[in-house]
Amino acid sequence: MQLPPALHARLAGAPGSAEPLPVERNPAAGTAPFRFAPRLVRFPREHDFFEDGDVQRHLYLQDVLTQVGGAPERPRVPEFTCQVAGCCQAFGALDDYEHHYHALHGNVCSFCERAFPSGRLLDAHILEWHDSLFQILAERQDMYQCLVEGCTEKFRTSRDRKEHLVMRHLYPVDFRFDKPRKSRGPAMPGAAEQVLAETLGDDGVPSEGDAMEVCSEHVEPPPEPAGERRAYSHRCLTRI
Amino acid sequence: MWSRERGRLKPLRCGVEELRCRRREREAALRKARREQQLVSKRLLRDEALEEAEEGCVAVIFGEAEIQQFLRLAQRGTEEKEREGALVSLRRGLQRPETQQTFIRLEGSIRTLVGLLTSNRALLQLEAARCLHELSHSEQSAVVEACLPATSYLLTYLSGHSSDFIELCLYTLGNLIVESEAVRRQLLPQGIVPALAACIQSPHLTVLEALGYALSQLLQAKEAPEKIIPSVLGSTLPQHMLQLLQPGPKLNLGVAVEFAWCLHYIICSQVNNALLITQGALSTLGLLLLDLAGAVQRTEDAGLELLACPVLRGLSNLLTEAAAEAVGRQLQLRDERVVAALFILLQFLLQKQPSLLPEGLWLLNNLTANSPSFCTSLLSLDLIEPLLHLLSVSNVVSVLVLTVLCNVAEKGPAYCQRLWPGPLLSSLLDTLAFSDTEVVGQSLELLQLLFLYQPGAAQAFLQQSGLQALQRHEEVAQLQDRVHALQQIALHG
Repeated sequence: MQLPPALHARLAGAPGSAEPLPVERNPAAGTAPFRFAPRLVRFPREHDFFEDGDVQRHLYLQDVLTQVGGAPERPRVPEFTCQVAGCCQAFGALDDYEHHYHALHGNVCSFCERAFPSGRLLDAHILEWHDSLFQILAERQDMYQCLVEGCTEKFRTSRDRKEHLVMRHLYPVDFRFDKPRKSRGPAMPGAAEQVLAETLGDDGVPSEGDAMEVCSEHVEPPPEPAGERRAYSHRCLTRI
Repeated sequence: MWSRERGRLKPLRCGVEELRCRRREREAALRKARREQQLVSKRLLRDEALEEAEEGCVAVIFGEAEIQQFLRLAQRGTEEKEREGALVSLRRGLQRPETQQTFIRLEGSIRTLVGLLTSNRALLQLEAARCLHELSHSEQSAVVEACLPATSYLLTYLSGHSSDFIELCLYTLGNLIVESEAVRRQLLPQGIVPALAACIQSPHLTVLEALGYALSQLLQAKEAPEKIIPSVLGSTLPQHMLQLLQPGPKLNLGVAVEFAWCLHYIICSQVNNALLITQGALSTLGLLLLDLAGAVQRTEDAGLELLACPVLRGLSNLLTEAAAEAVGRQLQLRDERVVAALFILLQFLLQKQPSLLPEGLWLLNNLTANSPSFCTSLLSLDLIEPLLHLLSVSNVVSVLVLTVLCNVAEKGPAYCQRLWPGPLLSSLLDTLAFSDTEVVGQSLELLQLLFLYQPGAAQAFLQQSGLQALQRHEEVAQLQDRVHALQQIALHG
């Protein structure tokens, strides 16, 4: 299929077009037994017309076709350790480190050093666990925000929110990022144990099946000033 | 690290002929699946280098005891390396369907895996995610559906920041989405659409491509027009998609392919195309078409046809919307560069993927049907002859070519004059020799228009033994009336 040489130049040229030729139709055109009339054609999703292209698309997805583009090279580097205070994890590749950093040091609560998978969950945590104003307001209005991105519902209690998560959003009953603040038992030695029990992903509650051990690198009591710690305990005691 | 080497063919472990044979089988299977409306494909992320190294290990099938051992080690091992190693071994084993079956039947196995997925050990998280990914790729529903308890976490992690991890979650979600309506019925209330809408703002190309894949699977679902596309249209996803399709130096082919397909699925579902048009879909696709034509000339880039297909479809379908007409009055859609670009693409498709020619010609039809401007462009850019060259490709293509020619001819004498003389007459005499009724029928329509608007056309037709060419079809039911009419016109004017 030979294309006129000027065509490529035209493509590279400026937008625009020549003046259209005058249209002058004869009513006899397309009349019986003839039937032609110009028609815009539309094909819906499942039309057979799309078969070939769809098959090509799926061959591509199945990796049979040559893949497009090129993934950037992921270099390995001489081993280095995470520079965050208290963390001694070592890495040999930047991507491993990237994931480690975001998982453990990314959305971290500055009060209790728990790590969260997203900013939204971190914000909710700080509000609900460390904001005394929240507690006061919660007595009078719906303050517990739904954890699902895009849902703006709010609830009076943590339990109501959990019910909403389960019923409305089909979340698991034991969703790990919705642990309510536990009340202090009589023999609790200190805040450190609280951290142990509720560190991200910990499955400390026996009834939940296989318990996860907490990794040693994260068991350090939060460096809170004594005054705050007392307040923390105080809050815990008053919560049901 | 988990990387996907692209732009590189897998090393041939079998002969070229076997490869072709396998590909033909796959193609046949896909066609069958499409006809049964079961066209489903999953994407598997696997580190090629890792896979080669693991060749030996994959052959092993793990039993219950071994799986339990790995899980126990991963959960409770004392050494970091030991725990990781256990999960890696498990992950390799999970490439085998037998091992997958054993795994899902083992009590507490998924639970443990989810626990590892949500643990605070970054590398364990990654390996656990890879295990889930293997399971999600299975062809057995029971295995895939065993992953359901993990979906709320996969969605939660989309708002994180680790691009590799997010990419993995997205491909896993994409595989799950495609599995069944039951799975989607869980994912939708769990907020997959808002999660994707938040995630699409990521700057990472690998994340974007994965997101496009997952979204395209969601949009391809049978129930999508009623249950999914409305909420997608109501989100910020379309705007971001169109932004990612803007041509220019930042356009990434892999990303563009995925989102172009997403756009196609939305458009052909005809839910609210007017909205897409107000968001600039027509102009974005038009500019993309121009860009593609430029790219096709510059490089031998493998895969441009993968992008061309959904772009052609999107444009063609959008042009049928009433809203398109309003936009069309803007210069953009009268721009004859669109026609130039389309022909450059047609030439490219003829060489690379002739089965896509009908789609290109479909666009040409929709461009020219009601547009004197584009019909004039065809003439002034000397594109009639190249168009005629396509007449020998296939019946479907021939019918479309003839239809486009009719679009031009029906606009009147000024147009027919420019179609004549030239190779048109001999091409028409050739098509009259076809046995396909549709091709011949369309040729007859074109002849009527030419006889009507171009003095001397009938005469020339007679001189070139046109009557004999018509005679062949005198007895064909669908053609005879038109044949006789033409014979009359030719003989008596």
